[in-house]
Amino acid sequence: MSGQVRDRQIHRLDRVVIRFAGDSGDGMQLTGEQFTSETAAFGNDLSTLPDFPAEIRAPAGTPAGVSGFQLHFSDHDILTPGDAPNMLVAMNPAALKSNLKDLPNGADLVVNTDAFTGANLKKAGYSSDPLSDGSLDEYRVHRVPLSSMTIDAVNALESSAGTVNKKEAERAKNMFALGLMSWLYQRPTDGVITFLEKKFAKRPEIAAANVAALRAGYNYGETTETFAVTYEVAPARMKPGMYRRISGNTALSYGLVAAAELTGLPLFLGSYPITPASDILHELSKHKRFGIRTFQAEDEIAGVGAALGASFGGSLGVTTTSGPGLALKTETIGLAVALELPLIIVDIQRGGPSTGLPTKTEQADLGMAVNGRNGEAPLPVIAPRSPADCFDAAIEAARLATKYRTPVILLSDGYLANGSEPWLLPGRADLPDLTVSFATEPNHSGDKGLEFWPYLRDSETLARPWAVPGTPGLEHRIGGLEKADGSGGISYDPANHDRMVRLRQAKIEGIARDIAPLEVDDPSAQARVLVLGWGSTYGPIAAGCRRVRAKGLYVAQAHLRHLFPFPDNTGEVLRAYDKVLVPEMNLGQLRAMVRAEFLVDAIGYNQVRGLPFKAAELAGVLEDVINQ
Amino acid sequence: MTVTTNHAGISNRLLDLIPVTDRPQTRKDFTSDQEVRWCPGCGDYAILATVQGFLPELGIARENIAFISGIGCSSRFPYYLQTYGMHSIHGRAPAIATGLAVSRPDLSVWVVTGDGDALSIGGNHLLHALRRNVNIKILMFNNRIYGLTKGQYSPTSEVGKITKSTPFGSLDRPYNAISLVLGAEASFVARSIDSDRAHLTSVLRAAAAHPGSAFVEIFQNCNIFNDGAFDALKDRSSKDDATLRLVHDKPMIFGADLDKGIRRSASGDLEICAATDEDVLVHNARAAEPSQAFALSRLTGGSAGVTPIGVFRDVDTPTYDEQLNTQIAEARTRQGDGDLMALLSSGDTWTVS
Repeated sequence: MSGQVRDRQIHRLDRVVIRFAGDSGDGMQLTGEQFTSETAAFGNDLSTLPDFPAEIRAPAGTPAGVSGFQLHFSDHDILTPGDAPNMLVAMNPAALKSNLKDLPNGADLVVNTDAFTGANLKKAGYSSDPLSDGSLDEYRVHRVPLSSMTIDAVNALESSAGTVNKKEAERAKNMFALGLMSWLYQRPTDGVITFLEKKFAKRPEIAAANVAALRAGYNYGETTETFAVTYEVAPARMKPGMYRRISGNTALSYGLVAAAELTGLPLFLGSYPITPASDILHELSKHKRFGIRTFQAEDEIAGVGAALGASFGGSLGVTTTSGPGLALKTETIGLAVALELPLIIVDIQRGGPSTGLPTKTEQADLGMAVNGRNGEAPLPVIAPRSPADCFDAAIEAARLATKYRTPVILLSDGYLANGSEPWLLPGRADLPDLTVSFATEPNHSGDKGLEFWPYLRDSETLARPWAVPGTPGLEHRIGGLEKADGSGGISYDPANHDRMVRLRQAKIEGIARDIAPLEVDDPSAQARVLVLGWGSTYGPIAAGCRRVRAKGLYVAQAHLRHLFPFPDNTGEVLRAYDKVLVPEMNLGQLRAMVRAEFLVDAIGYNQVRGLPFKAAELAGVLEDVINQ
Repeated sequence: MTVTTNHAGISNRLLDLIPVTDRPQTRKDFTSDQEVRWCPGCGDYAILATVQGFLPELGIARENIAFISGIGCSSRFPYYLQTYGMHSIHGRAPAIATGLAVSRPDLSVWVVTGDGDALSIGGNHLLHALRRNVNIKILMFNNRIYGLTKGQYSPTSEVGKITKSTPFGSLDRPYNAISLVLGAEASFVARSIDSDRAHLTSVLRAAAAHPGSAFVEIFQNCNIFNDGAFDALKDRSSKDDATLRLVHDKPMIFGADLDKGIRRSASGDLEICAATDEDVLVHNARAAEPSQAFALSRLTGGSAGVTPIGVFRDVDTPTYDEQLNTQIAEARTRQGDGDLMALLSSGDTWTVS
């Protein structure tokens, strides 16, 4: 497909936001993924946002079943999947109806005219055909009979691979759309062909049909007058090195694999399937050659219980879940606090309460992560800021868990989990040494000679020794009952309980001295307003700050990796500004924490729409706060 | 690790993964320095003494033994044993023990639980651990009452039980624990009695010799809240007529005069007959199907008039642990050990110079 003569005018753009939308059976996620791979291979910076319904197959043709995939790519570094699409590909009326509101006037719109039948219009809730009633006049509409042309292309195929039926041929229409978009934005398609041939290796006739559809779409763009221009987005200038594209859940999985190697501990994952966390279980279950044991438990409680049992035995115990599962694991996490054993709890947050919005993003589990246990049960809480950052966050969770013998909660979310971006691969030497030493010798001289005291703490970290079963002479019992300071025997002594509660608190709070100070990004050094965020809002906040600064205004940005404990300098940073704005995808959980902790009258900006913030939206909020 | 025959002379492919010790061990080696705090007269004392007496026989170094418990009177058990132990949370011991056993095939992992812990709050974990056939030995002390919370009825209490929480009598039908776990197709199922040290020891020995999960129900007297619940099975004058001692491959005959037997009735259930009846059944604990074991479990008490004790079922089937660890070993043989940097750079990569 390369090397053909292009007589079309080429428009150079610095960035493009494209959204594919169709029925959940139309293969929109796959189409978006493949377009993203082409774009990564081309060398643009990029960020993606899949958006799909919770139902596997909602009624076909209805707005409830619409699945979308948005990709933002550029010739410079970008931080978000983009606010509004420049191009919407709508595979049916329902997809058009549910996505049109996001499309700015003048944007390009490709519609599959074959799907605009009376029945489909009705299912989508249209009383008249938008293709003819003038309601799309503000857009550059490209009417493409995607289904019929795909069928024609597949029928014309003279393949030794065998033939496919009409339904199978029609299903390849997403590849026609991908081919057309690949031509329009001048993306290389060789990788897609390789992908299709591999994916359908056992059904070569399906592979051939899809490749034919892809080529037909590409050639349709090349030969028809539907598009007057093609677009070019030059490769971005990025830091030298080897890159790959990675989603948050894959990065988190790899981070756990790395953490196992860095600590020298075998990885044990106990988990129960739950959206949007299951992909971590899927990913880790593939990597048995690393000695990773994955255990699909009977429920969330057994998932974390098995992980804690494995930790007792000297594994790096991990459990992965989302909000409803975290609620169920609460008691076991409290036990891990009392046992003072390493444990990593990954919460891929989604809309709540209860079942809430399983496939949509939110960051409303912060309060539960920090405070959601009976008794005084402190533990470190950390959050990644971007899909690739999930790798580093997983390693940091393992560092804290093993060094301080504590459960750690890692708060990712649906946006990070399924979103993707280019990742500059770390070198082996860039990764920290987290080697863990188990106790092997008695540590206390008692009445009967040398003894092992499981709660005799390290004077610096206050961590207790980790003696694993199989170690002679260190046999001991631990449990959820309060333990005597040092010896670890059961104790109901009031003074001892008071001391142990404070020791556990001091141990976790001491981590504040062992983490990087909160950094402030303020190129002007003159900002009077600080915007403070955590988790996946990093991209939109940073993009919002750029916009504000481009207008000549001053704003400082700080983003927390550690939510509990906060870095030591957090109060100092917050107090240095006249105003502190805390945007969150909840009703103000971090804001409440910083107000309580630092007596700073932080201002909240809160949205719980199941979708990430938009850069323009945050820029507007920032401007208002700066100008007030 | 070198494996030598353990002192008990029992062996199986999983037990052989656990190192044995040349160091002679006695009951004292398994007694911790913790003061035992059950009520005076509690059946738990007898069980503790039997377990402490039995463990040295296994020949496994005590550091390679772990006892995991839940919550309840029985769950204090690990504190009194000088092995590794965890007193965990209510009902979750089978799940926690699963993680430990699966990741540490070199350990002998035991669960101690009660009827409330195992069958009520932890019912789900019990059934799934047994269904998976994880290599853990579960000792369920059944006193048919809640002891630690001071005397509410339990999931094994008889209907109409008058307790603090049921002053008008309990309404719910009790679980038959043996029937329940046979429904989950547990590969080893047995029952014994706290005060019968010789019998309990023989059952523990059989459980230890079984490769895979073992469920042992131990009738245990709570002399404070449910005293005498099992008197008929213990009393010298009645016990021989009230209990049927199951022995694999032996005819099911019982009674003080060995005059009674078990046969299949016309309806397909089991019933009591004369020992001389030509249809007296021979007990087969190794039967692949748990049907007859289930029928035996229905004889428990009540109108049938006899309570079987001993090993109901003992079937050697693949365990979750060994299959998982085999998958890992095979993946390593087939693909080689994992290479972290190769994993990170898998998929489509590109280089920016």
